[in-house]
Amino acid sequence: MHYSWLSILKNGLTGQKGWTPAWRDAAPKPAYDVIIVGGGGHGLATAYYLAKVHGIHNVAVIEKGYIGSGNAGRNTTIIRSNYLLPGNEPFYEWSMKLWEGLEQELNYNAMVSQRGVLNLFHSDAQRDAYARRGNAMRLAGVDSELLDRRQVRAMYPFLDFDNARFPVHGGLLQRRGGTARHDAVVWGYARAADRLGVDIIQNCEVTGFLREGDAIVGVETSRGPIRSAKVGLAVAGNSSRVAQKAGLRLPIESHVLQAFVSEGLKPLIDGVVTFGAGHFYISQSDKGGLVFGGDIDGYNSYAQRGNLPVVEDVAESGMALMPRIGRLRLLRMWGGIMDMSMDGSPIIDRTPVPGLYLNAGWCYGGFKATPASGWCFAHLLAKDEFHDVGGAYRLDRFRTGHLIDEKGVGAQPNLH
Amino acid sequence: MSRAQRNRLEAGGLVDRSQVLDFSFDGKRYRGHAGDTLASALLANGVRLVGRSFKYHRPRGIFSAGAEEPSALVELRDGGRREPNTRATVAELYDGLEATSQNRWPSLGLDVLSMNRLVAPFLGAGFYYKTFMWPAKAWEKLYEPFIRRAAGLGRAAEGTDPDHYEKATTFCDVLVIGAGPAGLMAALAAGRTGARVILADEDFLPGGRLNAEVHEIGGQQGAAYAAHVAAELASLPNVRVMTRTTVFGVYDGGTYGALEKVNDHLRVPSPFQPRHRFWRIVARRAVLAAGATERPIVFGGNDRPGVMLAGAVGTYVQRFAVRPGRHVALFANNDAAWRGMLAAQAAGANVEAIVDVRGDVASVLTEAAKAKDIRVFTGARVIATHGKKLRTIDVASAERGHERLYIDTLAVSGGWSPAVHLTCHHGGRPVWNEAVAAFVPGATPPGLSVAGAANGSFALGAILKEGAQQGAEAAEALGFPVPPLDVPHTSEESTALQPFWHVADSKGAAFVDLQNDVTAKDVGIAHREGFRSVEHLKRYTTLGMATDQGRTSNVTGLAIMAELTGASIAETGTTIFRPPYTPVSLGALAGHHRGKDFRPVRLTPTHEWAAKLGAVFVETGPWLRAQYFPRKGEKDWLETVTREVKAVRSSVGLIDVSTFGKIDLQGPDVGTFLDRVYINTFSTLAVGKARYGVMLREDGMVMDDGTTARLAPEHYVMTTTTANAAKVYQHLEFCLQVLWPELDVSLASVSEHWAQIAIAGPVARTVLSRVVDKDVDVSDAALPFMGAIEGTVMGGVKARLFRLSFSGELGYEIAVPARQGAKLAQALMEAGHEYGITPYGTEALGVMRIEKGHVSGNELSGQTTAGDLGLGRMASPKKDYIGRVMAGRAGLIDPDRPSLVGFKPADRTKRLRAGAHFLGLGAPADMAHDEGYMTSVAYSPHLGHWIGLGLLKGGAKRVGDRVRAYDPVRGEEFELEVCAPGFIDPQGERLRG
Amino acid sequence: MRIPCPYCGERDAHEFAYLGDATLTRPDPAAEDAEARFHDYVYLRDNPAGAHVEWWYHANGCRQWLKVERDTRTHAIAAARAAREADTPAGDAA
Repeated sequence: MHYSWLSILKNGLTGQKGWTPAWRDAAPKPAYDVIIVGGGGHGLATAYYLAKVHGIHNVAVIEKGYIGSGNAGRNTTIIRSNYLLPGNEPFYEWSMKLWEGLEQELNYNAMVSQRGVLNLFHSDAQRDAYARRGNAMRLAGVDSELLDRRQVRAMYPFLDFDNARFPVHGGLLQRRGGTARHDAVVWGYARAADRLGVDIIQNCEVTGFLREGDAIVGVETSRGPIRSAKVGLAVAGNSSRVAQKAGLRLPIESHVLQAFVSEGLKPLIDGVVTFGAGHFYISQSDKGGLVFGGDIDGYNSYAQRGNLPVVEDVAESGMALMPRIGRLRLLRMWGGIMDMSMDGSPIIDRTPVPGLYLNAGWCYGGFKATPASGWCFAHLLAKDEFHDVGGAYRLDRFRTGHLIDEKGVGAQPNLH
Repeated sequence: MSRAQRNRLEAGGLVDRSQVLDFSFDGKRYRGHAGDTLASALLANGVRLVGRSFKYHRPRGIFSAGAEEPSALVELRDGGRREPNTRATVAELYDGLEATSQNRWPSLGLDVLSMNRLVAPFLGAGFYYKTFMWPAKAWEKLYEPFIRRAAGLGRAAEGTDPDHYEKATTFCDVLVIGAGPAGLMAALAAGRTGARVILADEDFLPGGRLNAEVHEIGGQQGAAYAAHVAAELASLPNVRVMTRTTVFGVYDGGTYGALEKVNDHLRVPSPFQPRHRFWRIVARRAVLAAGATERPIVFGGNDRPGVMLAGAVGTYVQRFAVRPGRHVALFANNDAAWRGMLAAQAAGANVEAIVDVRGDVASVLTEAAKAKDIRVFTGARVIATHGKKLRTIDVASAERGHERLYIDTLAVSGGWSPAVHLTCHHGGRPVWNEAVAAFVPGATPPGLSVAGAANGSFALGAILKEGAQQGAEAAEALGFPVPPLDVPHTSEESTALQPFWHVADSKGAAFVDLQNDVTAKDVGIAHREGFRSVEHLKRYTTLGMATDQGRTSNVTGLAIMAELTGASIAETGTTIFRPPYTPVSLGALAGHHRGKDFRPVRLTPTHEWAAKLGAVFVETGPWLRAQYFPRKGEKDWLETVTREVKAVRSSVGLIDVSTFGKIDLQGPDVGTFLDRVYINTFSTLAVGKARYGVMLREDGMVMDDGTTARLAPEHYVMTTTTANAAKVYQHLEFCLQVLWPELDVSLASVSEHWAQIAIAGPVARTVLSRVVDKDVDVSDAALPFMGAIEGTVMGGVKARLFRLSFSGELGYEIAVPARQGAKLAQALMEAGHEYGITPYGTEALGVMRIEKGHVSGNELSGQTTAGDLGLGRMASPKKDYIGRVMAGRAGLIDPDRPSLVGFKPADRTKRLRAGAHFLGLGAPADMAHDEGYMTSVAYSPHLGHWIGLGLLKGGAKRVGDRVRAYDPVRGEEFELEVCAPGFIDPQGERLRG
Repeated sequence: MRIPCPYCGERDAHEFAYLGDATLTRPDPAAEDAEARFHDYVYLRDNPAGAHVEWWYHANGCRQWLKVERDTRTHAIAAARAAREADTPAGDAA
């Protein structure tokens, strides 16, 4: 059913009895035109755009647990398009444009909130690096502003300006950056895809692939075989495990990234702020909790939980940046499994196995990419050609040396 | 004195009536006693309305007596110490305590946003996702700001937190978590074996339920018995009892995180004491004895102040000697709640009615109640409540129909949920146990066992036994001999219970999650819309996501969902708990690492010397380095730096370069080793010579550069950049230990051992000759360019002398033992006095290296190849080295890659800025025409204008071209001349002088 | 996480730096297909969910590279040996 003021009013007056399921709990059919493995944001967005943009409605999204049970619900909800390299920036800007129209597109309020993303810098060299990035953004037609210390202070007067080990010199601001309500993105895409005929199949684990010769022609699942000429993987965190079932090794390691939320507070932090002298980023949700995170733990892990050194490092950075948060309390911490790729950038490509397509390697930047990732993966699945903005995310770039290494740390996933 | 505390009982309890504590709530003054919590003291004074709920701003009271409190959250203290969302139920009362209600305006009694209740019918679960989308632009401008202001609970502190926090690590054999009956017995059993035991409890008083209920254990009152055991534990040297300490998380390797509230029970911390201490407890075994949390029954109007968990009513009466109200009734489904209520009646509470959903209740209970004139309703339920604060309840039963009771306190008990939280921290999922109608621990983290109520054992006798057994087993598993332990006798008690969750036919909003205002109806909406998995239920309705983490609501919520889907609770399953067990202050997790102490500061050996000369320091990674040395009358840093550069170029200057990484390499295979890690050759380097080297990562990108000297046939010393010192050392050890263990090479990092000072300028040799000892020859012949010798300076101080130059001038680097660094600087100053020797900082160093065209950190970005930096020709084609193969990939040798050139502003008055991009003249400003960027800039005193280095497409082929510097983030765009990256003395005559 | 360093005893993992898969062998740079082999060596990983043999460097300790066997699902550490002794049986590793 369509959401409108009228539907709200009607249901309010009738004891909320008229709502219908946001999406059907579909049972698998024997065959589909396209199967997407992974019911996270990326997989559901892919299915939605396959149906919406390419008119391919006979699509199944297969999810091992419940939709949104992976990283879609385990991130710090930041959206931004403030990248440096030409392989990345147009893609993330396209994602930002899709975010900007998402609610109207999906008839679902994902609470996309463009309250600004501010990256602080603490040295001349860092300022110049951010200027380089800000200028690259401008060249891509994206908004960016380089703020000095005074301007930052006007925005966030409670940062530690007077007693800091690494004083704030200024910041790179993208005003169009911000946050979105992560679960709502999943549910919004699921509901919109469902309305276009996509089958969302939960509690269905892919256990293997159906092969005909070299080619993949479907999947074996815990609920039986399902055939399709095209199978797309969108299983970040588990990409290596699933690809391994097709005999592929990937340039990916799985690492744990912890995220944190504080108790709810009256408004304190308006936008997103990142600390430049440590690994720390923070924003405040509409419910009032401070949502923050830091670096990955740094070792291969599938455990969805981390350890104290990173917890402490994050708290230290938070206190160094905002000394008034000492009495606030950490409410919950959790871990997600990140597909850490070898150059820090994602992969949207065919694989050497005919019929198998890959969307992977999002490191910890996957959430903001959700709309464009879905858009580009759908394009690839539908047309067998690369979309302009995602065209650099080739699997063979490691072979050819056309790497997209924003941080310049090389083939060491835990440093990206 | 305590007369003002109108609900304080005359006798009993564990409060110290001789100590009267003053406190205030919302500006009104009250009194309580030592041993009170803020909640018990408020209740003693008849304060029942303490907060407003999150969404509907409904009036709320005190619901519990522990960490599970969803409603009674207050702001404690003020200013920089203001603590929002503090649970009144666990806040220890102290003299002078000031608390304020939160989430209300203008006052607690009259809250404007309580009008939300008028629109409540429209604000069901998921409401936000379905609306506020029209018009599209209105979200950030209109709806969201309103929602943000209305949301949240308390306010953050108003300034920097003035208190201190500490971190500490400790080790033990057995960690016992929780000092209730099971925990006390576990600690005793383990402690008597001689094992090192830590017993931690969040409360300030050990005993747990023994302090809150009436029991007899081995002939003693429960509370007295707890005190007796605690005293024995305190007397054992191998046992440490940590009260006010919450174990909040289980991490890997037996590491437990714990928060000790060292000073929260005082108005301000004692001098030199931290407010909180964060503990990392490394335990070989642990026993979880965290008890259980009572859960309510959900019914319409169950959120009014005055509705309280039955166990809390018992706790307030027994432990705090407080009557929570004048007219008490119980609504329950289990025997334990009856016993608690009968005991409360005996202690002075006025219990008027007991309503039980069960038709059949043991006659021993019903008779006991009737004997005390308590009205008993069996097979009955509460179907409505009335009053802003509770005044009446409506009870329905088949037997008696509907009846209204005048009750101001309704004790509610739906049974108990084991505190399984820590068992989930490694991913263990609790399992439903039908026999006790509760989720009990599933898989537990390694080394952790569970005892007592946390394990689903609710009868006291069994709890004591299980505690003793688990404690003994933990110690025994570690090899400690276990002496027999007599578990004291306690009376048998019935734990009969009939699961019951929700009075479906009750009137008014029936709250499941009191803090997040999630109602039974919301669970229905989630069900209707397909959000039926427990995780979807939680996320869609926000059930259990508030500061109480759903302690009193999770199980009830999913039980209601199970009723709707027709599945069993076991099939429905439960969400798992994440750390922390209870919220932890961020200050504690940060400890001392804040402000200037956020990270350690590394100081150079000449720091004091430079400070005396008035140096301005700059953060360079962990180091503080002298940036420049301003003199009186200089108007800005540029004037200072220009003077410093001119002094070096015309006479002589000195700078501390000790921050460079220094690695000592010895052994017969060092030459071979260096050939494999550098792109150029070092095995052929003559003794007494140094060579500039470049090393790559295995992926072919430049990792670092620096000079390496050969001091003896089997002895080299390498320098690395400041930033990469640790990384390079680690890399070399990897190469040696992992890749080529057959090479006979030993490495030692000697960065800390040597102070190194560079002197540069035309008279550098003269100055140097005055500090070296007589037998050291520093003539051009004895120490030519790139020479490296060992000798002594300043009368016998061991030194290494390198003739190197970063500045392009005749230059030397003198290394002496670190403690001699400042002395050397001073000696050089005196030796160069007549030449006006000038100390210079990192800025002047940077200017001179840019003038000279040397690459540095800005160019070694990890995204550049040796070819990009103009260093490709250094690579030896005759050997393999790290990174060689991958550096040959098409993408890395593409001639179109931006590479290093120099830049001058066409208009020489313009200031260049690093980070500007390059565009062809007349080319549009877009990505397709981006030709690279400026990496480093400086004002060149030599040339009298700004110069820059940058990476430009086409590189050296473009020398002589003009491009635009495009720098919109700083509002600049102007023309540049492309030139070779060397602005001074391209033939290198100066440095060979 | 606590790593049983054969030199220093059991130490918290924050003293160590992590490098990843320790089953890889640096290819022969002279091989005909060296570039392809190096591609696999530098970039491709098995990335198993389960037992993983990996490099840890005791940066704030003995500065030895250790070969650690750890389960990536549970973080449980089965053994740790010094790189140079990695092919001999585990000594005092827990």
